Amino acid sequence: MTEALRSPLQIVPDPLPPEPVVRLRDVSRAFGATVVLDSLNLSIAPGEFVALLGRSGSGKTTLLRTLAALDPPQAQDIRLPGSRATVFQDARLLPWKRVWQNVALGLRGRDARPRALAALEEVGLAHRVDAWPLTLSGGEAQRAAIARALVREPELLLLDEPFAALDALTRMKMHALVLALWQRHRPALLLVTHDVEEAMALADRVLVLDRGRIVAEERLLAPRGSRGAIVRDLRATLLRHLGIDVGGAAYADLLERHA
Amino acid sequence: MPLPTHARSTLRRDPLQSRWLSPLLLLLVWEGLCRLGVIPAHTLAAPSSVGSTLAQMIGSGDLPINLAVSLRRAILGLIIGATVGVALALAAGLARRGDAWIDPLVQVKRTIPVVALTPLFIIWFGIGETTKIALIAFAAMLPVYINLHAGIRGVDVRLMDAARSFGLGRAALIREVVLPGALPALLTGLRYALSISVLMLVFAEQINASAGLGYLINNARDAMRTDIIVVCLLVYALLGLTGDALVRAIETRTLAWCPALVEA
Repeated sequence: MTEALRSPLQIVPDPLPPEPVVRLRDVSRAFGATVVLDSLNLSIAPGEFVALLGRSGSGKTTLLRTLAALDPPQAQDIRLPGSRATVFQDARLLPWKRVWQNVALGLRGRDARPRALAALEEVGLAHRVDAWPLTLSGGEAQRAAIARALVREPELLLLDEPFAALDALTRMKMHALVLALWQRHRPALLLVTHDVEEAMALADRVLVLDRGRIVAEERLLAPRGSRGAIVRDLRATLLRHLGIDVGGAAYADLLERHA
Repeated sequence: MPLPTHARSTLRRDPLQSRWLSPLLLLLVWEGLCRLGVIPAHTLAAPSSVGSTLAQMIGSGDLPINLAVSLRRAILGLIIGATVGVALALAAGLARRGDAWIDPLVQVKRTIPVVALTPLFIIWFGIGETTKIALIAFAAMLPVYINLHAGIRGVDVRLMDAARSFGLGRAALIREVVLPGALPALLTGLRYALSISVLMLVFAEQINASAGLGYLINNARDAMRTDIIVVCLLVYALLGLTGDALVRAIETRTLAWCPALVEA
């Protein structure tokens, strides 16, 4: 198992791990005859930024629902922190609640509104607190969704392809925002994405999920901002695990090879 | 109906395209034919005499008193019907067992035209107010139930998931997600219920009424007073319009978040 997890390019010994906030041991799930998660093992340390790559149908969604405790509990060895929050690809704001009410959803106590306003301020949405969600742009809606997750001060923050539906410029701004927020609040963060570049730019550790198993795991030890040197090889490795063999080619040259 | 601006501006300049024109013309022709004696008063009263009869009926208190009686029937029937419809839809929409128990019964009820139940209702409740109100309530219940039930079932599961992931319990989910999500459907059902209750009012008042608009119409029929009949028809139409406007007003107040209204 551990052999399969190591990539031939970067063999890095695990640092002495702190008690993980998330621990899945041999977790399996099947719908009918279809095995979606196949004895999956996963640990996430406190404050760790993990990116999860996987093709469609690799089990990403099911894994995320398991981590969000959205599916009915089964007899599995799963340890999750008490406070979790999720940001979905479609922001999933309740259209009949104003933006700040969406952020305050489920919060108890008199300070719900000031807390919601503070979170919205932090994501740069202070000017839209009383707007109806359907009047927000895609980027604004996603900011509100992030504020809604953040206001709970979660130990585990789950991001389910939150930038997939945004245009490239908005996506870059959101990457910076998420990174800044993560650095300030330090939740354990799992980012589910299709985008290899995104994963490499943001995460401490990149996992590749395929057919319900984690088939590759890469740690990025270089600090963010000086990863330019390693991403070329890493991209090739990760893409190969995703079923695309590109060698060292840049994206611009990649399509021709696969034509 | 919205028109492109250039079309609207020509409309304003061309009085022959006014939407008031044809109804106005109809009234004039109707009046003219009556005055010329082509249409005798016992066939159809002239608009002018309908107008004066209306004023006279309001002055004498005949119309307000009987209108109040009819309104009471319609409103009581509607309130009872809508309440039962909402209660059943909630029970069926929110609990699987409730659905298994209630929905088949409502579907059976749906196949029976309410009007066909009149003889039974008369045997059970007599020919007084109870039968009239029961008929209206029974008819108004169905659209409320069907629309709200569908609305509850149609609430976006992705929103439900999101709300659950933020720790909302069952009661909070129903309060924050299911009911607001089903509100547009409920209001649609209520609008149908309103027009159906006016319809059933007209029908129920044909049954031996001793007061109300139907009573006025029956008396007028015996006396061949077509002017009174037309006045009552106008009032019926007005009832329907008022009810519709009322629900529209509720909609604009409660559905301020809706895309159609938000974009406006």
